[in-house]
Amino acid sequence: MTSGGIPVPGRARPPEHRQESTNLADILERVLDKGIVIAGDIRVNLLDIELLTIKIRLLVASVDKAREMGIDWWEHDPSLSSGQPDLREENKQLRARVEALEAGRNGQEEAGQADEQPEPAASERRRR
Amino acid sequence: MTPGTLTYLYAVRTATGPGASSVPGVDGERPRLVVEGELAAVVGSVDASRFDEEALARDLEDLGRLESLARAHHAVVAEAARTQPTAPIRLATLYRDDDAVRHLLTDRAAEFTAILERIEGRWEWGVKAYVKPTTRPEEHEAGSPSTSDRPGTSYLLRRRADRDRGERERERARTAADDLHRTLRTHAAAGRLFPLQDARLSGRSEEMVLNATYLVDAGKEDGFRSAVDSADGAAVELTGPWPPFSFASLEST
Repeated sequence: MTSGGIPVPGRARPPEHRQESTNLADILERVLDKGIVIAGDIRVNLLDIELLTIKIRLLVASVDKAREMGIDWWEHDPSLSSGQPDLREENKQLRARVEALEAGRNGQEEAGQADEQPEPAASERRRR
Repeated sequence: MTPGTLTYLYAVRTATGPGASSVPGVDGERPRLVVEGELAAVVGSVDASRFDEEALARDLEDLGRLESLARAHHAVVAEAARTQPTAPIRLATLYRDDDAVRHLLTDRAAEFTAILERIEGRWEWGVKAYVKPTTRPEEHEAGSPSTSDRPGTSYLLRRRADRDRGERERERARTAADDLHRTLRTHAAAGRLFPLQDARLSGRSEEMVLNATYLVDAGKEDGFRSAVDSADGAAVELTGPWPPFSFASLEST
């Protein structure tokens, strides 16, 4: 066992009311994909969890929420954006940014600090 | 049965034991039992306008709504399983009325009974294993160009070292996962492998290498837990006890 330990509310048995703290993915994996499957009187199209993951991703990435999270790359992707983005300007900014990061890292490493790698995506997000 | 309601089926259990559930159901209703012979269906009366085909099709696409349905469904099943051998039914199984559920219990009594016998005194435990990242070596191997001279090159070298190390970690974790699964099978009445979860679903950045679930005798939990604890080479996560969702399928009887 590792540092993660047992994240389970379920050390005690029988199971208590622990559903609130239980990971939704774990619950969905069971109530959606498992359990006895019987045709009821109402026809239900249940997505399996795999498909649901994709849906969740789309839901989560609803435009406003995505912007809130600092994800807005489509606005700069001409194939996805109807607005006309200034790609040259964007490139220029990115290049300047890369230079700044490189310069920043050199400084850091000379100062003997740990070599944290600026992941492009992460720093892009951090900027916002 | 009141017009405008449907009967939502949560689980099938033995008819003996406590009657009502104390946790609210998927429509906020109080779940009850429909008894037929030795078997009892745990059901709830739900509003037909919220649980007909159209409403369900809409709600099951709505993550927030799906989550509350899933959690409520799970809570009712877990509550029943606390006291009785209970066979969980999949989410969103609905009947016109209680009579339809009675017919179901009668028609498939033998199958339900077989499932209940199989799961009695046993709980389901979920085990996931992830790649365990080792720490990055202190600095670069001899011969690397000085970082201050050529940041680009050293970056690429570091990337390559990271990639190689990542591959070793994955290999190690996969082997550990195989070993763990083999060991856990010997402590369990049954074991099943689920598809590995995507990081978006697992909520962890490390790659998943094992997503399994086991049906374990209540008396053998300690041995099972020790086996989980002794896993080496992967980060292991244990969840449970669950009602035996994954071991209650009709096909496998």
